[in-house]
Amino acid sequence: MENNALLWIILFPLLSSIFIRLYGKGVGRKAVSLIACSSVGVSFVLAVYAVLAFASDHQVQVDHVFLWLRTDQLHTWFRLSLDSLSAVMICVITGVGTLIHVYSTGYMHHEKAFERYFAYLNLFMAMMLILVLADNFLLMFVGWEGVGLCSYLLIGFYYQDHKNADAGKKAFVVNRVGDFAFIVGLLSLFWALGTQAGVWSFDFAVIRDHISSISSVQILGLSAFTFISLMMFIGATGKSAQIPLYVWLPDAMAGPTPVSALIHAATMVTSGIYMICRLSFLFDAAPVTLEVISWIGGLTALFAATMALVQNDIKKVLAYSTVSQLGYMFLACGVGAYASGMFHVVTHAFFKALLFLGAGSVIHACSHEQDMRKMGGLRKSLPITFWIFVIGTLAISGMFPFAGFFSKDEILWQLWNHSKYLWFLAIFTAGLTSFYMFRCLFMTFWGECKLDASSKAALHESPPSMTIPLITLAVLSCVGGWVWWPGFMPLTQFFPHWLESSVIVRHPHGSHFAELLLTALSLLVALGSASMAYVFYVSNISLPQKCGAKCKALYKVFANLYYVDEIYEALFVRPCKSLSKSLSVFDQKYVDGFVNGMSKVLRLVVFIMGSIDRFIVDGLVHFFAYLTKTMGIWVQRIQNGHIQMYLAVLVTGVGFFIALYLGYFGL
Amino acid sequence: MIELGGLHSYLVVGAFLFCAGMACVLLKRNVIHMLMGIELIFNASAINFIAFDHFNSMELSGQLMSGQVMGLFVIVLAAAEAAVALALVLAMFQMIKTPNIDDMSKLKG
Repeated sequence: MENNALLWIILFPLLSSIFIRLYGKGVGRKAVSLIACSSVGVSFVLAVYAVLAFASDHQVQVDHVFLWLRTDQLHTWFRLSLDSLSAVMICVITGVGTLIHVYSTGYMHHEKAFERYFAYLNLFMAMMLILVLADNFLLMFVGWEGVGLCSYLLIGFYYQDHKNADAGKKAFVVNRVGDFAFIVGLLSLFWALGTQAGVWSFDFAVIRDHISSISSVQILGLSAFTFISLMMFIGATGKSAQIPLYVWLPDAMAGPTPVSALIHAATMVTSGIYMICRLSFLFDAAPVTLEVISWIGGLTALFAATMALVQNDIKKVLAYSTVSQLGYMFLACGVGAYASGMFHVVTHAFFKALLFLGAGSVIHACSHEQDMRKMGGLRKSLPITFWIFVIGTLAISGMFPFAGFFSKDEILWQLWNHSKYLWFLAIFTAGLTSFYMFRCLFMTFWGECKLDASSKAALHESPPSMTIPLITLAVLSCVGGWVWWPGFMPLTQFFPHWLESSVIVRHPHGSHFAELLLTALSLLVALGSASMAYVFYVSNISLPQKCGAKCKALYKVFANLYYVDEIYEALFVRPCKSLSKSLSVFDQKYVDGFVNGMSKVLRLVVFIMGSIDRFIVDGLVHFFAYLTKTMGIWVQRIQNGHIQMYLAVLVTGVGFFIALYLGYFGL
Repeated sequence: MIELGGLHSYLVVGAFLFCAGMACVLLKRNVIHMLMGIELIFNASAINFIAFDHFNSMELSGQLMSGQVMGLFVIVLAAAEAAVALALVLAMFQMIKTPNIDDMSKLKG
C-alpha cells in the first residue's frame, strides 16, 4: 500500500533540526523549544496515524521517495516501509522522543548551547526513524551511521571538558569497529545472493525471499549464514553495547542526562536488537550464531550487573544496568525468542527512560551532583521524583504488575525451555538487577541528606516541563507490559500476534503450571534481593563496608570494571598510539624531507626558468618597445605643428625631385 | 640669352613671382603676410597659364583660349581662397589673440 505519510514522519524532525541549527540563535529559546518539541510531536501523531492505518488492514505500507542508486543490476530506492516491527519501533521512538524533548526544555533551561542541543536531538530522531523505516540495507545503514554520529555529537556536548570529548571519540571509534564488521556482513550477503541467485539487491523483502539460495555457500570456512549473521551481530554489539564492545556506553554518560535517556537507553542502543529481529529469517538459519548471541548476551547481562553493584555515580549505575538489560534482549534473541527481545526493548524503553529522567531530575535538584554517596533522604524534598523513581525501580526489577515483569518473565520462560544454564544466568542477573536498583533507590532517597549546605538550600522539585513527561513515562512503565500476559493468565497476548507478520515468533510448549512456578520464583528472587538491599543500605548501613572489606579482591575487580578499559588500553589504544607516533616521526623526517627536497629542486628550476624569462624573453620585448619609443620620439620632432616647416620640407622635396628629373633627362 | 617679349621672359617673371610668393609663405611669421605670399603664387601660375596659352595657340594656329580661361579660374579661386582663409585667420585670431603663425601649432602630433 502506498503511503506518503511515512516520509513526513522523518521530515518533520529533520527540517526542524536544520532550521534550529541555522536560525536557532535568532528566533529565541521559546521558539526553539516549541519547534523542536512540536516537530517530534507531529511526527508522533503521524506515526500513530500510520500505525492505526496499518492495524486496520495489516498491509505493509510503502513510501517510494526516490530512486537512489541505479545501475544495470542494482536498483536501490530511498524507500520507507511500515510493517508490524517498524510500527512498534516508530511508536516507541517518537513517543518516548517527544516526552524527552519536552523534558529537555526544562532540564537544559540554563544551558548556553540550547539550540545546538535541540538541533542534534532532532537530527537523532530523524536518523533513528530512517533506521527503522528503511526497507533496504543501504538506507538502514544511513540511519545506523547517522544515529552513531548524533550520539557522538551529544556525548561530546560539553566538549569544553576534554574528558567528555574523549568519551565521544571513544563511542565513535568503538562503534566504528562494529560498523566495519556490519559492512563486511552486509557486503558478503550482497555478494552471496548476487552470485548464487543472481539477485543483486539490498531490499529486505528480496533478501528474505532468496535467502535459501545461499545455504551452500562457504565463507572463510563457515557457512554463509553463520558468517554473515556473526558479522552483523558484531555490528550489533557495537551499537547495542555488548561484550566486547560495550565499553563506550558507560562513558557515554558524559552527555546531558536526557540524551542518555533517549539515545543511550531507550532507542539507539536497541537498534542492534531491531536489526536482529528484522533479519530473524537469517539469524534463525544460523544456529551457531544464535548460540554465540545468547552466551554473549547472557555474559554481558551478568558482568554489567556486577559492575553496576559497586558504582557510586547514579548515571553509571543506570548505564551498566542498560548494558545488562541489552544483554537480556540479546539473550532472548539468541534462543530465537525475537518477539520477547522486542518486547523487552519496548518496556525497557519506558522504564529506563523513566529512570534516567528521574536521575536527571535528582541531578538537576542537587546542583549537578551525581555521586549517590552525597545524596540521601531526598524523598521528602523531591516527592514526585521519588515516586517516579520507585515505579522505575519496581519496573526494572520485574515486580508485578509493572512493565518489566512481563518482558523479563517472558524471556525467562523462553530461556527455561531452551537451556537451563542460560535460565540460571538470567535469573541470577535478575536478582542482581533488583539489588543494585534498590541500592540506588535507597542510597538516593533514604537516610540522611549529605549534600553541602548551599546545594541543600537550592534543593527543589523540578518544573512541570520535567515532571509531566516523567509522570507519563511512569504510567507507561506501569501499563506498558499489559500487551503480553504470561500464558497461564487468560488475558491478552496481543504483542506476539502483532509481530508475527514480520518477525519469527515462537511459543514455548512448557506447561502453564511450570511457567507459574517460575514466575513465582523470579518474583521471589526480585523481592529477596530488594529486601537484601534494604538491609544493606537502610537498616544496617555499615554492612556494605564490612562486606567490601571481606571480599576486597572481588570488590576491587568489580569497581575497576574487570580492568577491561585497562586491557583495551594496553592491547589496542597504546599500540595504536605508539604506531601513530612512529608514523608521525617517519612522516616528518622522511616524507616531509622528501617533499621539502623536491620543493628545493623545483625552486631551483623555477629560478632558472624565471631568469630566462626575465632577461631573454622580457629583454627582447623591452628592447623592441624601447626601439619603437625612441624612433617615435625622433619622428615626433618632425611633426611640430609649424606649418611653415612642413611647407619648407615639401618645397625642398619637390625641388629635389625636379632637380633629380632635370639632372637625369638633361635640360 | 633670353629673347625679350618671348615665352621665356614671361616664364621668368612667373618664376620670380612664384619664388617671391613661396619665400613670403615660408619666411613670414604673420599669417596675413603668408596669405599675401599665396596670392603671389596664384598670380605666378596665372601668368604661366596665359603665357603658355598665348604662345602655344599661335604655334597650333588655333584659338582654343583654354589657358586664358584657366587664368580667369585662378583669379576666381584666389578670391574664394582669400575669403575662406581670411575667415579662418580671423577665427584663429579671436582664439589665440595673435597673428603669429608659430603660435598656431595646436594640431601637432
